[in-house]
Amino acid sequence: MTLAVFLPLLGAAIAGLMNRRLGNLGAQIVTCSGVGLAALLAIPVFLDVALGHNPQTVVLLDWVSSGDLQVRWALKFDTLTAVMVLTVTWVSFMVHVYSIGYMHHDGSIPRFQSYLSLFTFFMLMLVTADNLVQMFFGWEGVGVASYLLIGFWYERPSANAAAIKAFLVNRVGDFGFALGIFGVFVLFDTVHLDTIFAASASMANARIEFLGLELPAMTTLCLLLFVGAMGKSAQLGLHTWLPDAMEGPTPVSALIHAATMVTAGVFMVARLSPLFEQSETALMVVTIVGASTAFFAATVGCVQNDIKRIIAYSTCSQLGYMFFACGVSAYSAGIFHLMTHAFFKALLFLGAGSVIHAMSDEQDIRKMGGIWKHIKVTWMLMWIGNLALAGIPFFAGYYSKDTILEAAWGAGTPVGQFAFWVGSLVAFMTAFYSWRLLLLTFHGKPRADDHVMAHVHESPPVMIVPLIVLAIGAIFAGALGYELFVGHDRATFWGEAIAVLAAHDSVEAAHAVPAWVKTFPVFLAVSGIVLAYLLYVVAPMVPRFLAERLNPLYRFLLNKWYFDELYDFLFVRPAFWLGRGLWKDGDGAVIDGCGPDGVAAFCKGVFLRLQRFQSGLVYHYAFAMIAGMAVLVTWYVYNQAG
Amino acid sequence: MTDWPLLSLVTFLPLVGAAFILFIRGDDKVVAANARHVALLTSVGTFILSLGIWLKFDNASADFQLVEKAQWLPQLNITYHMGVDGISMLFVILSTFLTPLCILQSFGSIEKRVKEYMVAFLILETMMVGMFCALDFVLFYFFFEGVLIPMFLIIGIWGGPRRVYAAFKFFLYTLAGSVLMLVAMLAMSWHAGSFDIPTLMGIPFPIPMQYWLWLAFFASFAVKVPMWPFHTWLPDAHVEAPTGGSVILAGVLLKMGAYGFIRFSVPMLPEATAYFTPFIYTLSIVAIIYTSLVALAQEDMKKLIAYSSVAHMGFVTMGIFAMTPQAVEGALFQMLSHGVVSGALFLCVGVVYDRMHTREIARYGGLVHRMPRYALVFMVFMLASVGLPGTSGFVGEFLVLLGTFRANTWVALLATTGVVLGAAYMLLLYRRVVFGKLEREDLKSILDLDLREILVFAPLIAVVLWMGIYPSSYLNVMHASVDKLISHHQTALAPKPAPVAEPAAEAAPVDVPAEAPAGAEAAPAPVPAPAPVEASQQTSEPQPQPAPGTESPVSPAKQE
Repeated sequence: MTLAVFLPLLGAAIAGLMNRRLGNLGAQIVTCSGVGLAALLAIPVFLDVALGHNPQTVVLLDWVSSGDLQVRWALKFDTLTAVMVLTVTWVSFMVHVYSIGYMHHDGSIPRFQSYLSLFTFFMLMLVTADNLVQMFFGWEGVGVASYLLIGFWYERPSANAAAIKAFLVNRVGDFGFALGIFGVFVLFDTVHLDTIFAASASMANARIEFLGLELPAMTTLCLLLFVGAMGKSAQLGLHTWLPDAMEGPTPVSALIHAATMVTAGVFMVARLSPLFEQSETALMVVTIVGASTAFFAATVGCVQNDIKRIIAYSTCSQLGYMFFACGVSAYSAGIFHLMTHAFFKALLFLGAGSVIHAMSDEQDIRKMGGIWKHIKVTWMLMWIGNLALAGIPFFAGYYSKDTILEAAWGAGTPVGQFAFWVGSLVAFMTAFYSWRLLLLTFHGKPRADDHVMAHVHESPPVMIVPLIVLAIGAIFAGALGYELFVGHDRATFWGEAIAVLAAHDSVEAAHAVPAWVKTFPVFLAVSGIVLAYLLYVVAPMVPRFLAERLNPLYRFLLNKWYFDELYDFLFVRPAFWLGRGLWKDGDGAVIDGCGPDGVAAFCKGVFLRLQRFQSGLVYHYAFAMIAGMAVLVTWYVYNQAG
Repeated sequence: MTDWPLLSLVTFLPLVGAAFILFIRGDDKVVAANARHVALLTSVGTFILSLGIWLKFDNASADFQLVEKAQWLPQLNITYHMGVDGISMLFVILSTFLTPLCILQSFGSIEKRVKEYMVAFLILETMMVGMFCALDFVLFYFFFEGVLIPMFLIIGIWGGPRRVYAAFKFFLYTLAGSVLMLVAMLAMSWHAGSFDIPTLMGIPFPIPMQYWLWLAFFASFAVKVPMWPFHTWLPDAHVEAPTGGSVILAGVLLKMGAYGFIRFSVPMLPEATAYFTPFIYTLSIVAIIYTSLVALAQEDMKKLIAYSSVAHMGFVTMGIFAMTPQAVEGALFQMLSHGVVSGALFLCVGVVYDRMHTREIARYGGLVHRMPRYALVFMVFMLASVGLPGTSGFVGEFLVLLGTFRANTWVALLATTGVVLGAAYMLLLYRRVVFGKLEREDLKSILDLDLREILVFAPLIAVVLWMGIYPSSYLNVMHASVDKLISHHQTALAPKPAPVAEPAAEAAPVDVPAEAPAGAEAAPAPVPAPAPVEASQQTSEPQPQPAPGTESPVSPAKQE
């Protein structure tokens, strides 16, 4: 078990530090075998822990101990962890193999492979954490790995900017996460997860002093922790880094910004379900934020033209689904969708990479079209990915997404209803933008120039085979996992890993919703496909017409609701402006001016004046003496009198 | 060797080396080479000897250990009294650890007056070590001020173009503060009739007097830390100092102020400390946010790191005065970590400065193309400075914030924003220097780290990771002394029914570490768990039994 976590680190260290001796091939072999072995080891772990109902904890080492704070390095394996470990290692393994083909032109292959393995290690540490601080370790670690990988092509200013933006926006989220950890420690006197969970029910009505206010403890803590989840999982408000993160190489987008890292927030909420269950308010906020993000990202996704950005916004939107699933207490459905999504979204990204590879690094779908004949395998795999994403029956997404919507309906709360209707609308938009992407990319007439078209070629097997593996997951993962994750076996499958109050059991309620609730999302998805077909194949002039008629709305969406501009105006510029001002005026003029330089200048002035007394003229001195005598005598006389 | 006066040996061994160097004669090149080697050998020897202190140190004891006491000026009650406890011991090691690295670094950058440089450095080491060991006011003051002289020379002779301005600003600023401290020390020993530090810790000074004494100490230590708004000497001194000087300045000298707070102000003047805590909080938070913003705007690498030092030391002062075990241990840990990390960052600047002779950020860019090893080293320290978990920077920052959160949530919240800003300026610095295209002609032939530089950085990286992954090696040293400090502080502040409060306050910190870390936190849960909540409600009333959470002594001060 421990080995499964540390093999990727070993691979990363060897490939990263001995890159010159190993060479490209050596680094690829080392990292792929490290992660591959971890993926193989994850299978017995899953069988033992999840299917054998044998949760366990491996204690490694003391970490931080101070006063009553005890933190240790330990790996906690329960069903939730086992699912995540299995998903992460396998998707990561596929991406490692794919990268061999995708990056073969690149000059620093060992560095790339090493970063990928390093990321995998941090992700595994995150999901196996047995306390909040270790989770934070993994959390920040994946952030750094993501920073390194987004900025992998460090010559590009845009890649550097995107990397820093990703790190900083995540830091804002971590700010909330850290405060949440502090609060948990104040309330529970420990950061150890099992201990916290055991005590959580008794703390349901506790209050905590925060910023001078007496607040309900659970709500405060959960909301603080959720800020962290929002940052990592790119939820509305803290989402701005995710689309920019597409500056990284495509395998990175697939691994980090689709399948694994961005889902860490969902994992965190599910992991902390015993806490979130105790606060209705926090759950409500999670639901609303999730549903709003799903909607926001889908609207933006409908008008973007960069193939990777469309998929990025789609990721953002799907994460919204997972969050509102957690918000209505359907954590198991959220994790189920997380798992299926990992397969089909990684497939879509890697497929997009294959397309970009074929199109000589073109990413704009307006300049593609008509290439399906040339890259039939990629084309078919992309179809599978999109069918799964849109939730067409019997593909993976159908099972997980429909369960979420049914659970939202089944929750029977106003917020649940809201989530259901928004979610259904988003299902429609999802299908629409997915087919817009498919139709514009592969079908219709070629819009690229002849030179590019002549070069369109299928990717090598080393790239296609991982895609096929992922496609198999995208087809079957839903049907295979349904009974375990959210069906009849779910109670024994999850065990203690996820806590749901009896009154909140929306997954149970999901099985009893009216028949139309079950079919409605599918109907919407199909109509989304039909609409995309009508707009982009039958009547291709309509979209342009619409864009012109509804220009303000179109621009609003195309510019992503102007979030970047707003943040730039509100935070980035003032920070630099303030920094410069405080430095030049604050430090320079005020502090130095009144402080050392001021004192020095003052003394110099005084002494220059005193200097004049040293004139060397006897009568000056005589005058000073007489004046001094006069003062002394006067003072003496007055004192005597008094 | 049980009876050897280990502390004095470690303190004065560098002086022996310095004397040796003074007697080296001959042609300039030979003198320089010999001086270098003697200095390196001496400082390495000192370091190895100082590890003996750690070996012999008993973690379980909160008292001063390895004590040496001799008559010095019996007429005035002044003694030669040396000793270390869990608070000071690691700083001795830090000083002896950084000095050989600085000397090794200087082999490539100091070309003129090598002999004198080495002598100054070794004297500096003696003064630093002595300061952390001294247990007598006069002895302490001697070392505390003694540090200034070699540092003044190092900046003033081997520094950059504005070295004279910087050296004088540094010297006069710190001296002005120290003079007030001297007055306070004299007043205290006048009152108590002793210059002995452990004795003075047990003497309750009258409260109005405490306020004045505290302010006098503050004047000295706040300049040394440096706390905002007394920090402006630091960027100037750093920019002008040679690399080795910057490393020691950031690594050890800045710790002297914080060490002073924790050695004198807190244990000797408890009421005044509680009274002024909100004041320190305010200055610390201003330091964190203000200097982080200023760091964002810097164009000079050394200035940027100097400002980041001020921000990091803001966490330290905040932690010391939050007076919870986590915060104080975090502050001490942060001091050690900052000593290593900021020292290493100045060494990183030194590497490129030696090659290009400029510190201007805009003159660099794309170094990773030519210097991949350097990029990796710089990356490690950059991330440690940002506080990435797994590096030393995280443990200190995290503990300080956690401990402060218990004492005051507003303070913790505002200070945590510094974590975001800290990431911003460090990442921008790294991006502008290391990433990007290699465009400048003169950078195209720049060389990567050589063996000597790798030898300098390797131990630093090892320590940063060690401190980040297994900080217990260091924290265990501190536990007993910090617990004693805090319980002493609480006893001094406890309202009248003190005898009842004492065992309760002491019981909590002792109990918990003794238990198995596993699920043991569950056992005491019924009692301590609701405590913080209740305690904050009750702070205005006198408490016969203070809760095990330690915020109670701070809260009254907060309300004032």
